[in-house]
Amino acid sequence: MAYQMNFAPVMALAPQLAEGALNTLILSGQAIVAGLAIGVVGAVGRTEGPRWLGRAVGVYVELFRNTPLLVQLFLIFFGLPYIGVRLSANAAAIIAIALNLGAYSTEILRAGLQAIPRTQIEAGLALGMSRLQVVRYVVIVPALRIIYPALTGQLTLTLLGSSIASAISATELTAAGARIESTTFRSLETFLCIAVIYIAMTFTFRFIYWLIGLWLFRRKAPPKPSLIADVTEVSRAGA
Amino acid sequence: MIKSFGWDSVEFLIRGAGWTLLLSLMTFVIGGFFALVFALLRTLGPKPVRVVIAGFIQLVQATPLLIIVFLTFYGLSFVGLHFPPMMAAGLSLAVYTTAFLADIWRGCIEAIPRQQWEAADALALTRAQQLRYVILPQAFKISLGPTVGFMVQIVKNTSVVALIGFVELTRAGQLLNNMTFQPFHVFLTVAAIYFAICYPLSFLSERLKGIRNVRPAH
Repeated sequence: MAYQMNFAPVMALAPQLAEGALNTLILSGQAIVAGLAIGVVGAVGRTEGPRWLGRAVGVYVELFRNTPLLVQLFLIFFGLPYIGVRLSANAAAIIAIALNLGAYSTEILRAGLQAIPRTQIEAGLALGMSRLQVVRYVVIVPALRIIYPALTGQLTLTLLGSSIASAISATELTAAGARIESTTFRSLETFLCIAVIYIAMTFTFRFIYWLIGLWLFRRKAPPKPSLIADVTEVSRAGA
Repeated sequence: MIKSFGWDSVEFLIRGAGWTLLLSLMTFVIGGFFALVFALLRTLGPKPVRVVIAGFIQLVQATPLLIIVFLTFYGLSFVGLHFPPMMAAGLSLAVYTTAFLADIWRGCIEAIPRQQWEAADALALTRAQQLRYVILPQAFKISLGPTVGFMVQIVKNTSVVALIGFVELTRAGQLLNNMTFQPFHVFLTVAAIYFAICYPLSFLSERLKGIRNVRPAH
């Protein structure tokens, strides 16, 4: 007998789905702000800082890029209380996701900074631009333009990766879905709804990133970097 | 039974790591096969096929892996197909991997300059020969670094299937944690094993990115 789809019991709990989606946005939003802050500090530390700092950042990046987010989450949530640091599920999730994103964004931002030749900065200063203007127009905006696809792709992966936080029952969409599934017993319908919500959120954010990009890079584009660089960035991204 | 973390625990975790490696390999082989087909169809296929594949890739890339795993594991058993966890795990990881690798490899094929196609065409090679002897060997070299880099993601992604109860490295860690109540030791060891698998791959990936020059294929 064929399985009859029935979305009614799941739809009856639509407010829970909406709340879960909102919590996912809040959770990943907090993690993204913290993660990007770590990324900026890490990238500047690695390119401009003293040698030992660059080494330390490098070790951090490799450690977090070569272990799964789920294990990092378990280590922070279950492991840290063992050495006396007790965190709520949400706090542990935010810290784990932020540290993970921090490692990836350090590498992405560093690639951007290193793509700006020193001579460009000197040329800017020679034209009588102030230091602040040079940083803004010669370093940040052109660097951001180069890494924009990789960076926004990583942010999307972070939003989707936050579903992992359901493993420690943080309040977000996948955990809300698991709760709905256990009350309705409509597994397939529940997770299809959840998938549709994640897809809608992802496409909405891609659109927002695209709009921000239009505004940010409204000046004429320099020659496009090679496609090979794009491909390289795609493979580096990950959760 | 409460026992403390010792060498036998490490052995237990290493056996779990064996399953992680097996699952990763399976995922890479199956996902890689479909990714190659999809990448070729996406770049060279007829327009409707291209649109369908692009849509598939976009949808999968916009869904969390965990949800794909749940859909496969819980969902399909309701439709009437019953999957053992190993199959559900392998299938969902393969779907996810297909979507990402197909995109990476498409980029590699499209990175080959148009003139290479034209030159091959001028030499009276058939479309298949152009691919076989001119385009793919060059695209292959470009793809080495990104592909090995994505293998790291595959190994890390297999950890997610721990949440449907498939006993690989992460699940082995959870089980061991329930037995020993020493989460710090357990998950630090688990992390160290993942690092030992992934770091060499990351290192290799960075090295392979240097390979761009094209030598004649013999």
